[in-house]
Amino acid sequence: MLKLPIYMDNHATTPLDPRVLEVMLPYLREDFGNASSRNHVFGWKAEAAVKKARQQVAELIGATDQEIVFTSGATESDNLAIKGVIEYYKSKGDHIITLKTEHKAILDTCKRLERVRQERLDELKLLRLGQLAERDVSPEEVAELAAKHDLENDATYKKWAEMPTGGARVTYLDVEQDGRVSMEKLEEAMTPKTVLVSIMFANNEIGVVQPVAEIGALCRRKGILFHCDAVQGIGKVPFDVESMKVDLASITSHKMYGPKGIGALYVRRKPRVRIAPIIDGGGHERGMRSGTLNVAAIVGFGHAAQLAREELADEAARILRLREKLRKGLTDALDMTVLNGSLEHRLPGNLNISFAHAEGESLMMGIKDVAVSSGSACTSASLEPSYVLRALGVDEELAHSSIRFGLGRFTTEEEVDFVVNLVVDKVRKLRDMSPLYEMAKEGIDLKSIEWTAH
Amino acid sequence: MAYSDKVIDHYENPRNVGTMDKEDPNVGTGLVGAPACGDVMRLQLKISDDGLIEDARFKTFGCGSAIASSSLVTEWVKGKTVDQAMTISNKDVARELSLPPVKIHCSVLAEDAIKAAIEDFKKKRAARKAQAS
Ligand SMILES: Cc1ncc(COP(=O)(O)O)c(C=O)c1O
Ligand code: FES
Repeated sequence: MLKLPIYMDNHATTPLDPRVLEVMLPYLREDFGNASSRNHVFGWKAEAAVKKARQQVAELIGATDQEIVFTSGATESDNLAIKGVIEYYKSKGDHIITLKTEHKAILDTCKRLERVRQERLDELKLLRLGQLAERDVSPEEVAELAAKHDLENDATYKKWAEMPTGGARVTYLDVEQDGRVSMEKLEEAMTPKTVLVSIMFANNEIGVVQPVAEIGALCRRKGILFHCDAVQGIGKVPFDVESMKVDLASITSHKMYGPKGIGALYVRRKPRVRIAPIIDGGGHERGMRSGTLNVAAIVGFGHAAQLAREELADEAARILRLREKLRKGLTDALDMTVLNGSLEHRLPGNLNISFAHAEGESLMMGIKDVAVSSGSACTSASLEPSYVLRALGVDEELAHSSIRFGLGRFTTEEEVDFVVNLVVDKVRKLRDMSPLYEMAKEGIDLKSIEWTAH
Repeated sequence: MAYSDKVIDHYENPRNVGTMDKEDPNVGTGLVGAPACGDVMRLQLKISDDGLIEDARFKTFGCGSAIASSSLVTEWVKGKTVDQAMTISNKDVARELSLPPVKIHCSVLAEDAIKAAIEDFKKKRAARKAQAS
């Protein structure tokens, strides 16, 4: 029997697999020890459980257990990778290349590093202008005095500005219309100061999979570290740090049917990649991430990784078949639909589709028994439509009309059939109410109308 | 976000959805908003020669609150005079539907749509008069 509500938002999070819960329970009850307690059986048990989980996670991505650093999730892993590399390699360079379609955990970390650098440069300007003017200079005078003393060409200032600032300069690359990075543009963006390329495996909104192996090969050839936010792709499509030449990878457990609040950063050992910690303390995780380990969550994460590895091939095929049934069911029944992002290079469970002239939030309201998400501005606090869709060049109206379906391990064929019927019905209903659909049907070019933007 | 019962009711049973003949001299059409902003509202009013709103129709592209706001104002304006309809404000709409602050602009759009439709009607009437004289 079909049970409502239906969960089709597996990019946001996945349900905990009951098998994972089972292996976790003892560690929430009798086996509560601290994995760092070296002198009694409680500690030993916890340590052994963590060791096993570390191996399970490592095996899923083709790494060794010593390369896995447990964190609180991928947000922390992303922060640790980027800030850790920038700090450790500061004498080598401070340039990062990333994509406009990355997750906020990457983009906002980069923005903070840019601010740090800018603030340091502002201080240096003040200092140098003070020297040149031979008096104290206030921040308001900087622009005027900088012009007067031609600061940009001042040898001393230029030398200072090339010293490590603690921050970074960042290139945010555009993606192609299909959502993938252009290898030529990536190579062109590389400079002698580039220390890190951070490009995701699969996108959380459009499911588009990046050419990770090619990126890894290019970075290796150029001597640049490659960090991959692999959250959405791991366990869904094959990922291997060796063949793909990935140096750092972020993983999170709650996108692969494990518990929330636990994740990992893969940090390559051969050739050795170093990072500075962002959390200081007891020196856990070989000094890279202090804090008492969350043993039960780690055990669950490990088991989830093992299940993902064992079941990946069958599961991917099954989910892809359902996704295609969903896609065809919707696009056969409805006109004026647009798939956002590449179909070929896409996670099996992702469908991101715009139903032109039917607004996304109102569609979600109509299908309230189905949990999905939308790129519509109306669903966001900022009232801005999805930056990922805009980076693809998706027309703004279509961005407002987009729905992301995320199929997963527990999605059934019956659910897909139900969703197809429901969505088709509601889109038709909304279009009957939509002045834009009526105009489009009459052949009016909506772009020719002078709208009153507000 | 949780919707108020009234928003849900208007969304599920929208009143007065439809299209009137824009060329009819007694029909005023207001088209406000922009597709790029995610909301477009079209309100049409059938107004008698002595200024009574006899009928109203809407079509809206937008969130549930925008649909509910337009549906609600079609109910409100019917039977009112043009002058009375001009006094309907977005605050009345927002209050009636218990819209949260981020959805206030949806009610603003409804107010704008009434004004635009009436203005369109007045323009048409003025043009007709000019032609007749
Ligand atoms: C691509 C990507 N990176 C990072 C994260 C953040 O992961 P976490 O929730 O474990 O902090 C997410 C999940 O929202 C994601 O989809
Ligand atoms: S139409 Fe976008 S918030 Fe109401």
